[in-house]
Amino acid sequence: MTAAKPQVLDELELDALTELVNLGVSRAAGSLREMVGEEVHLSVPAVRLVTRGEAIAILGEREQTKLVAVHQVFEGDITGRALLIFPEAKSLELVRAVTGGDLPLEDIIELEQEALAETGNVILNGCLATMANMLQRSLKMSLPEILRGEGETFFSLAPPPEAGDVVLFLYINFAVRQRDIEGYIAMLMDMPSLAALRVLLQEFIARATGAEA
Amino acid sequence: MTYRVLIVDDSKLARMAVAKVLNGLQPDWVRLEATNADEALEIAKAGGVNVALLDFNMPGRDGLVLAAELKALNPDMPLAVVSANHQVEVVARAEAVGAVFLPKPVTETSLRDFVTAVAASLAAAG
Repeated sequence: MTAAKPQVLDELELDALTELVNLGVSRAAGSLREMVGEEVHLSVPAVRLVTRGEAIAILGEREQTKLVAVHQVFEGDITGRALLIFPEAKSLELVRAVTGGDLPLEDIIELEQEALAETGNVILNGCLATMANMLQRSLKMSLPEILRGEGETFFSLAPPPEAGDVVLFLYINFAVRQRDIEGYIAMLMDMPSLAALRVLLQEFIARATGAEA
Repeated sequence: MTYRVLIVDDSKLARMAVAKVLNGLQPDWVRLEATNADEALEIAKAGGVNVALLDFNMPGRDGLVLAAELKALNPDMPLAVVSANHQVEVVARAEAVGAVFLPKPVTETSLRDFVTAVAASLAAAG
């Protein structure tokens, strides 16, 4: 909980990681557009690398209500958990946006699980698959699972996290059919995975810029 | 012929990647870089920019808004809007402001057609 602030990525590595996430989210927007049949506005500001404790604190400060998360485990050279997190109220809004918005409430509640899992899967897969492709590694991903609770719940899933775990944390804002939905994408990794990610980022930077590796 | 190309992207890595590809295609072109729309506009207003490559998703004004502003400044300047977000609406808006849409990440293959066309049209304009 009191692990030192992760300073493991330098400026260009963090820039490269942000760019990869942006590519992933941009592609996810394209896939979502196919799903809803209307333009999806998606934006992701800068990526932050924080400790697990900080991620829980950020969520606790910004969100007073219960949260919903779509959770997927990824495995490969980098192993960890990816979470798409929304305030509970926004998750129904998301379902309305995705389904077209004219369904009665009971149908929306019934569809919520499925629509959340599907949307989460598109966004998380878009990010992770793009990152994996650009880093030239393959990642195996579990099926999406819906979780409800608080930041503490999401970042304390078994097997128990290690003290040095880091969270790649980003705010995501997307709008469909005039409905604004703000949420978060979080990738929880342990230190060995972060070290592996750093090496892959360095190789990616060398390829992209033509510099010697 | 040497032209001045403005590369606008908030990501340093993305600017470096575009510069690398461009250098392979047109090593003589002088590259200028901006990290956001305001910087880009300032450089363009100072004059001498022949062509610009604009990232779509940037903090502040996005690449499509910037494209319209650059066109207002110089209607003849060839522009490309670069993004991994190739929703038909985004591509259509790029075309509507008179810019070419290029998928991100930029590759030599995708940039070649644009650069060749730009070189031809700039040469024709003298």
